[in-house]
Amino acid sequence: MVDEGHTVEIHHPPQRGGVLGFVTKYIFATDHKIIGIQFLFSTLIWFAIGGFLALAIRWQLAWPWSDMPIFGNWLFAAEGGQITPEFYSMLFTMHGTIMIFFVVIPVLAGAFGNFLIPLMIGADDMAFPKLNMLSYWFMWPAFILMTMSFFSPGYGPGAGWTAYPPLSVINDAIPGSGDAQSLWTLGLVFVGISSMLGSLNYMTTIIQMRAPGMTMFRMPMTVWALFITALLQAFALPVLTSALLMQLSDRELGTGFYLAEGLSANNATAVAGGGQPLLWQHLFWFYSHPAVYIMILPAMGFVSDILSCFSRKPLFGYRPMVFSICGIAGLGFIVWGHHMFISGMNPVLGLTFMVSTMLIALPSGVKVFNWLATLWGGKIQITSPLLFAAGFVAMFIIGGLSGIVMAATTVNQYVTETYFIVAHFHYVLFAGSVLGMFAGFYYWFPKMFGRMMNDTWGKVHFVMTFVFLNGTFFPMHFLGNRGFPRRYADPYQYEQFADLLPMNQFMTICAFGMAAAQLIFLINFFGCMFFGKRAEQNPWKANTLEWMADSPPPHGNFTTQPTIYRGPYEYSQPKRSDDYWPQFEP
Amino acid sequence: MNRFWSLLFLCVPVLGMGAYLASYFDVWPMQSTWLPENVSVGGRTIDRLFNLIHLICAVIFVSTTTVLAVALWIYRSSNRQRASHVHSNTRLEIIWSIIPAGILIFLALYQYESWANDKIRRPMENGKPKPPTALIIAKQFGWEVYYPGLDGKLGTKDDIYVENELYVPENEDVVLQLESRDVIHSLFVPVLRIKQDIVPGMTHYCWFRAENADPNKNYEIACTELCGRGHYRMKGWLHIVPREQFDQVMLELGTARISTKLPTKE
Repeated sequence: MVDEGHTVEIHHPPQRGGVLGFVTKYIFATDHKIIGIQFLFSTLIWFAIGGFLALAIRWQLAWPWSDMPIFGNWLFAAEGGQITPEFYSMLFTMHGTIMIFFVVIPVLAGAFGNFLIPLMIGADDMAFPKLNMLSYWFMWPAFILMTMSFFSPGYGPGAGWTAYPPLSVINDAIPGSGDAQSLWTLGLVFVGISSMLGSLNYMTTIIQMRAPGMTMFRMPMTVWALFITALLQAFALPVLTSALLMQLSDRELGTGFYLAEGLSANNATAVAGGGQPLLWQHLFWFYSHPAVYIMILPAMGFVSDILSCFSRKPLFGYRPMVFSICGIAGLGFIVWGHHMFISGMNPVLGLTFMVSTMLIALPSGVKVFNWLATLWGGKIQITSPLLFAAGFVAMFIIGGLSGIVMAATTVNQYVTETYFIVAHFHYVLFAGSVLGMFAGFYYWFPKMFGRMMNDTWGKVHFVMTFVFLNGTFFPMHFLGNRGFPRRYADPYQYEQFADLLPMNQFMTICAFGMAAAQLIFLINFFGCMFFGKRAEQNPWKANTLEWMADSPPPHGNFTTQPTIYRGPYEYSQPKRSDDYWPQFEP
Repeated sequence: MNRFWSLLFLCVPVLGMGAYLASYFDVWPMQSTWLPENVSVGGRTIDRLFNLIHLICAVIFVSTTTVLAVALWIYRSSNRQRASHVHSNTRLEIIWSIIPAGILIFLALYQYESWANDKIRRPMENGKPKPPTALIIAKQFGWEVYYPGLDGKLGTKDDIYVENELYVPENEDVVLQLESRDVIHSLFVPVLRIKQDIVPGMTHYCWFRAENADPNKNYEIACTELCGRGHYRMKGWLHIVPREQFDQVMLELGTARISTKLPTKE
């Protein structure tokens, strides 16, 4: 274990790997930074694909059954360029799957986790570099299987990202229930293996490889958040993996884990029975609710560090912040049933899950109050990372509060499965996690690529994203109030929803605006990678350890063994002339 | 330029709350975006809780997002020499943990009674659970509705079968028995505020008491659990009619159509 406060001899030569060839350096890399960047590029590509799927969903909801521009004639020549209902099911199924499993989880845990953990705790690499390489390369079978799923009959699975059986298990239930569904299931198994390898590495590295003086309570919030995320993944993922394998076995081997006796679908008669469809829901949400925290906790960590750095003020309530992350994670394991209040699960159980769910709002609230208190009394520097972090706080408040509406069983009965829940999770996952991700990009880009991103275009990107995301997602609350169901290819053929068409058109226009804003980001991101202003070692005058290394850090990270003298948030210490006091300076 | 940012963040509480108030008071451009018409006794409770939770959330929303905007206004760097060096404040931490905890536990306990009425305490008749007014079998993509017929029992020869048309008597407790033939469906009637998933292999019951309904109006029933390509058009009709009219309809349907499709049950 680490001992506090005094220098220790360097254990490894800093250039541990020596000079590397192109293939070992950039492709089958074992360097945590390269692996992080590999994750980052892969997720950006999937982010674009998932975004296009979202635009197609919005197109159908605003102008139902009209020819889709550009892609329409290419994809649905037979239907005259229109989206078909089963294609629409594929769109939201794959949009959800890709955004969750191929974008948010791998970018937060995979890209940022890999890049930041060793740098922020003063290690020269992960504990198991080869395992780390495998964790990236296990994503590739998943990428390939999911791509194959797109090209299978039905153009992809159509059972929703939640894949509730029997719809997802009976081969003839919908056109996409054939091979597409099996490939999807298998793909997610690989994502699970990848995350599992990653989380083992993160836990071991954080527990074993902290630099001298880096006690647990001197770790930055980002590292704490990634640590707890790794724990969540390690304990929740085995359940999803086994659930997926059971589903695969139901589909391919004719078992009946999730099928009740005597069913038929689409006139095809039944299959083995004796199972229970609700079993899947329990297992799936036992993973997928903690997954919600896997997707938000790292972003909360980034936001904490960024707000503190750019208000030049210590993070308010560091320990309560750490405990609230632990509280969210702990409670996260006993709230999965709130996805199932009306599922047919014993309604008495629903009451228990409601109480635990309500309680999770408590640590979340503590975090919000502490962020606000961090800004209060600071010397706030308005930069792109700060704006995205502050945007995260504002949007997380909305997403958190709509969570309370959802948690109340009685009200949940009315708003669940409507656009209210769609609003809720987009405020948490897009306006929360994705804004946090952007904050992280702008903040750590100099460390990743040795150049600065353009701040003015960053601000333009922020304003457009912020305005258009609210234009897209805020009206969803009102659709939900009216009972507007989600996953409908054409809700307007219900008389009671027909008058909501103009609102949907407004939302779609905003969604296109939001997509345009991301083009600005991409140009800024890739342009500055080559032509940006060269970054200094510590361009933001931040305290944490990654800013001690060169930008970008060499293989092995630090030229001298870092020693840690204090916590990460000593900004504006009155005794010092500088308004920051890095952890690594005596 | 620095003011611009705090003003942008001020738009969050101002426009967000503005939209909510406009929706609640039915003002342009948000007219008819609050809860739709309600015609059930349980729905009144749901609406009341919905409004109450929204009121509490609105207070928290406006205060926290305004603090954020104000902080960006007051504490921007051009205003100040140096930030204050404060690490934490135990009293504040305790206050902002205890108060929300109290509110949240109150909200949770406040749901118990209504949830029990909606989902746990099935209406009784003569000391026994009230028998179902109708059996609904959901399938891809429609609702089979069976009424017990004259003998008052489901699963007998005189059962009445209709597709997608649910008649219920007004001002009395109605129990529905729900089953599925193929995949999971969910019965959703917005005007009654009820929703219940229907899992194949399970039997569910849901109940409500309709009131103040327009007997000449047809209310829409929707499926809210993804069930395949026709999910979005799995529409049914709910007719809420006075008791005499209900009996009349049953008599007419009974003579017109005798069920043959009801699955035999032991």
